[in-house]
Amino acid sequence: MPAVKFTLNGKPQSVEAVSAMPLLWVLRDTLGMTGTKFGCGMSLCGACTVHIDGQPVRSCVTPVSAVAGKKVTTIEGLSTERSHPIQLAWIEEDVPQCGYCQSGQIMTAAALLAKTGNPTDADIDEAMRNNICRCGTYEEIRKAIHRAADIQRAGGAR
Amino acid sequence: MNAVLNRRGFLRTGAAAAGGLVVGFYIPEHTKASAGLVADSKLNAWVHVSSDDKVTLFIHKAEMGQGTVTSLSMLLAEELECDWARIHTEFPGISREYGANQGVVGSQSIRSSFNTLRQAGASAREMLIQAAAQKWGVDKSQCRAENSMVINTATNARLSYGSLADAAALLPTPTGVALKTPAQYKIIGKSKKRLDTPSKTDGSATFGIDVRMPGLLYAVIERCPVFGGKVVEFDASKAKAVPGVKNVVQVSTGVAVVAENTWAAMEGRRKLTVKFDEGAVAAFSTPGITQSFIDAVAPGGGVSMRKDGDAAAALAGAAKKLDAVYQTPYLAHAPMEPLNCTAWVKADSCEIWASTQGQSTARAVGARITGLPPEKVQVYTEYMGGGFGRRAREDYMGEAVEISKTIGGPVKLTWTREDDMQHDAYRPASYCKFSGGLDADGWPSVWTTAIACTAFSGNATAVEGIHNGPYTLANFQVDYHNINPGIPVSYWRSVGYSQNVFFGESFVDEMAHAGGKDPVELRRRLLAKSPRVLAALELAAEKAGWAKPLTAGHALGVSVANNIGSNTAQIAEVSVTNGKLKIHRVVCAVDCGQVVNPAGVAQQIESGITFGLSAALKGGITIRNGRVEQNNFYDYDVVRIDEMPKVEVYLVPSELAPGGMGEASTPGIAPAVCNAIFAATGKRIRTLPIRAEDLA
Repeated sequence: MPAVKFTLNGKPQSVEAVSAMPLLWVLRDTLGMTGTKFGCGMSLCGACTVHIDGQPVRSCVTPVSAVAGKKVTTIEGLSTERSHPIQLAWIEEDVPQCGYCQSGQIMTAAALLAKTGNPTDADIDEAMRNNICRCGTYEEIRKAIHRAADIQRAGGAR
Repeated sequence: MNAVLNRRGFLRTGAAAAGGLVVGFYIPEHTKASAGLVADSKLNAWVHVSSDDKVTLFIHKAEMGQGTVTSLSMLLAEELECDWARIHTEFPGISREYGANQGVVGSQSIRSSFNTLRQAGASAREMLIQAAAQKWGVDKSQCRAENSMVINTATNARLSYGSLADAAALLPTPTGVALKTPAQYKIIGKSKKRLDTPSKTDGSATFGIDVRMPGLLYAVIERCPVFGGKVVEFDASKAKAVPGVKNVVQVSTGVAVVAENTWAAMEGRRKLTVKFDEGAVAAFSTPGITQSFIDAVAPGGGVSMRKDGDAAAALAGAAKKLDAVYQTPYLAHAPMEPLNCTAWVKADSCEIWASTQGQSTARAVGARITGLPPEKVQVYTEYMGGGFGRRAREDYMGEAVEISKTIGGPVKLTWTREDDMQHDAYRPASYCKFSGGLDADGWPSVWTTAIACTAFSGNATAVEGIHNGPYTLANFQVDYHNINPGIPVSYWRSVGYSQNVFFGESFVDEMAHAGGKDPVELRRRLLAKSPRVLAALELAAEKAGWAKPLTAGHALGVSVANNIGSNTAQIAEVSVTNGKLKIHRVVCAVDCGQVVNPAGVAQQIESGITFGLSAALKGGITIRNGRVEQNNFYDYDVVRIDEMPKVEVYLVPSELAPGGMGEASTPGIAPAVCNAIFAATGKRIRTLPIRAEDLA
């Protein structure tokens, strides 16, 4: 079994895994980083979203071989002490209910905010519509993204 | 090292290190000292205070998003007078102290805990006050508690709860401590942020699917695609050749592949060859099931669920008559966290880690499968990634216990999303035939209902929301036909109300329009004996601007409901442009009695509306030859952020006993939207989900 080397949350990582094994299961089962969630296995719900070289990617359909040499960021590595503007805003708006989809929502929203500093409602719809929440936290997510943009502009950004 | 310390070993350190809430594994009292933790003093089953002033509240219910950790903590803290900023919560194990049946079903958590937990908080507070009084040598009437301190009112001396806990724990538990009146509440009725939010923003919250421990193996199960089918034989040779696959074992529901990780188990499953005996349900498909409903209702009769007055005579004498047929499909629960359970069966014990709505159910299934006495089955409550009724069932937990028993080690069973869609116990499909009669002035004088649906837990689940609805008519009849094609059905958020309030509130709207009456005005008249529903209706009408001018092309629709001890009225504002529906706004007024956490009520109202809206706009499970045709979110879609209307929640002030909240708003959204569609377009939606051709 070949070793795949990549950067995980800022640290070098080497993992021995079948090359077709999705990054999701490498993270969760092999490396024990369970913040990234399994929801559908088909890139349909967004619960497994991580950043690869800064881009939001569905880890459930990303073979681990595809991240060789790349920078992978998971919810655990998004910030220290929940200090990312998205996390600060999520706490201020008290967004989560069951919370299961929220790692993916937060990673998707963080990628949006990195690209679009002041997203409109239409930008939020476009970026977030493929992240499913069954509890109905959508309006709180929208409010929190706007709030995070304010926090980022006020200097709360990393 | 014993299992308890192993559990500490795999308890995520992040949750504790991050501060704030610690929700983790229950560590029995006698092991805590050996685990190097600060010793707690147990004041009662819900309240522990440690010598470093940490107050730990034991939440005997489970958290699936409905906010129990926060709201039950509020009930305890209100009387305990502890420092809210410094409380910790844990899910305890199963204990008789928490009642005969631990679980979270029927929106019962606050209703069943409101008095018990306030009493638990009050008695713990009194013990701490008594301990302080003894220390100071004064009468306890000279002491009061505030912010985790006992204060000597004569000297202003203070003792912290932590310094008193050991002495307090030795005192007898006082009974019948007077509870605060609503006017004295400091916490109840004031919005609190959720205690579980921080850990749900950094990946540290541990759901059932996140449980890990040394030696853990991972399993998936290949089940017969037809309900009730059985394994005849299987060939595991190719599955066993998949790297990482450790074992393939038969269980009562299918063939389990056990591997080093979930992916390897899934790969092994793809290589299995299993021959099933599909059984009798293979003969059933949705068109035939629907026809069986139609055939059952056609001749009349059925089980009488309500009979007021003489409906037949009233219909014969009505000035105007109308008939309508409504239908709703089977629905899957589809919680975001796929079903899973971790079990470890040993010779003399069974441990179950589960995101479950039924902790007592987990213990019972563990005992039944292992043959161990129930007290040898330990259940660890994990956060649920949604439940909606699905996690009240035992099937997925029993499977995990079976696998562990067979392989003799710890195993985590995970269902795929496809397993979840195709092996659910569904919200039953239903068929409803109404007749209504109006008097010469256009007011309803008679209403009859015949429903065909699959019953579970008694016939009432098939007709609730109609036969026990809020309306009073002189002539009112509800008949029921139980048709069971063998598709498993069960509790789904708001149960029978989920379809019957759509049926009933739509037909009431039909009667209003047939008689030329305003839909709110007609409901006012029929709600004369349901003042709390009426008050919610009046508040919703006021806040929504009913009968006031609207944006051109917009229209309003109304519905009311009374379920789980709460009363709601919803008004939806919609437009239909070129056949495209847009829901702009939903106003929901609620009388749920004494509100514990207003912010939590608002969350649950919005949540229930989102859930009901997914069913109204998208949901539908269909059967072909005994199999579910849907697979995943691509063919069982749910509402997305860009489809979600703004939801406004208004509370009717009340000090009456609290009602439930988790299921209160789910029933009313479909009829409010469909009634608004009728107001906008003249098109009456009688079958869910709403299809594009219904609006064209």
